[in-house]
Amino acid sequence: MRARKAALFLLCLAPLGWLAWRAWRQELTANPIEYITHFTGDWTQRFVIATLAVTPLRKRLGLAGLIRYRRTIGLFAFFYGSLHFLTYIWLDNFFDIHEIVKDVAKRPFITAGFTAFVLMVPLAVTSTAGWIRRLGGRRWERLHRLIYVTAIAAVAHYYWLVKSDIRLPVFYGTLVALLLAYRLPRLIQTQKVLK
Amino acid sequence: MRIPRSEITPKWLYMSRRELLAGLPAAFLGSKLPNLAKSRFSTAEKITSYNDVTHYNNFYEFGAGKEQPAELAKNFQTHPWTVSVEGAVARPRKYSIEDILSLAPIEERIYRHRCVEGWSIVVPWAGYSLSTVLKAAEPTSKAKFVAFESYFNPSRMPEAKYAGIPFPYVEGLRLDEAMHPLALLCVGMYGETLPPQDGAPVRLVVPWKYGFKSIKSIVKIRLVEKQPPTTWNMANPREYGFYSNVNPNVDHPRWSQAKERRLGEFFKRDTLMFNGYGSEVAGMYAGMDLRKYF
Repeated sequence: MRARKAALFLLCLAPLGWLAWRAWRQELTANPIEYITHFTGDWTQRFVIATLAVTPLRKRLGLAGLIRYRRTIGLFAFFYGSLHFLTYIWLDNFFDIHEIVKDVAKRPFITAGFTAFVLMVPLAVTSTAGWIRRLGGRRWERLHRLIYVTAIAAVAHYYWLVKSDIRLPVFYGTLVALLLAYRLPRLIQTQKVLK
Repeated sequence: MRIPRSEITPKWLYMSRRELLAGLPAAFLGSKLPNLAKSRFSTAEKITSYNDVTHYNNFYEFGAGKEQPAELAKNFQTHPWTVSVEGAVARPRKYSIEDILSLAPIEERIYRHRCVEGWSIVVPWAGYSLSTVLKAAEPTSKAKFVAFESYFNPSRMPEAKYAGIPFPYVEGLRLDEAMHPLALLCVGMYGETLPPQDGAPVRLVVPWKYGFKSIKSIVKIRLVEKQPPTTWNMANPREYGFYSNVNPNVDHPRWSQAKERRLGEFFKRDTLMFNGYGSEVAGMYAGMDLRKYF
């Protein structure tokens, strides 16, 4: 178990390793900051989707044990999201708060990206066993449904960003739609129970 | 393994060798452009590296990724090539690329080039004022605009179908803009003929406008009476106007145009009105609301 978790951890770090390798070889294109921004954004998107895929895969394939890896994958979504956010505020805008605030308020695609990131913060904070206990399973679960909003906002963020070739955002959007559709029946059911 | 660029025989060199062997008129193809005249329009700013300018391209016919055109256009054959100058002119003419190259002395013009996406480069282009070709055609009184069209062949440009914009790529200028001496009919850069990904064999360079106005691989120049359609305006009229003058005060609906990142530099720099060419070109837009005519 521990070995598997360690392997997963290393696997999740592989994209960062790849980025570092390319940086070392000076292969981050003519516009390295844009490259890093897109790279970290892409991987955030992928890790959010991977996190959402755990439950359907677990149930479909009968792999109950998969749930033990979800926290790691989810935290890596937050990790790459943080790198992405940091690239934006540090490398891209060099902490120009005025410019950043204006951007977040004025530009729908930045607003969406910012929302997606901010909503991950409480999820990362409450990812520990202690917090699950403190909140209680049901409340914790409800709080962590914020990841659905993050996933949708992240797709909107990407879709609004591209100029014309929309293949990749549409692909991610389709995956997110399928993964959320899978949960819909159960969500409706729990809503009814709560009433 | 990555072979340094300097170690690879440039395509223009071996191609021209081949064509010399074949006895073809290769003198103009992929070769050095010697004795370029200096131009008073050149900036003294630091020139962007050749590698950056040739590996960070928007040429959607060869893919929407920045590094795709360098790869996918490398075998793009640009000889023979014909540019048709037509429409409201007294003397329409089909130019071969050799005609274009010999029509006037070729100057080196070091221009700033600002992309609508927020990055910029400084490039030593080679060419002469577009007005040379236009004047030779003798525009009639009906000529009010100039419409340009790029080469397009889907079988040679398989990535084009994913680009999300219509082809062939078309652009346009008002006649006075097209006749402005800064508007360059460009056949080369860095002292050589143009590489395919940068718009070989002949392109436009309009330095006070966003880069997409500087249409690549031109096959047709047509003088017309009405404002012609332009590709990015057709694709997204809310975001890309006909004029598309560089303007730090009018934002793109999705991002600010106040700053730009010069390739090769870490910090962003302020974007200049008309990309710094205001003293030459601002007069053409006097009295126009540049928010409306963005």
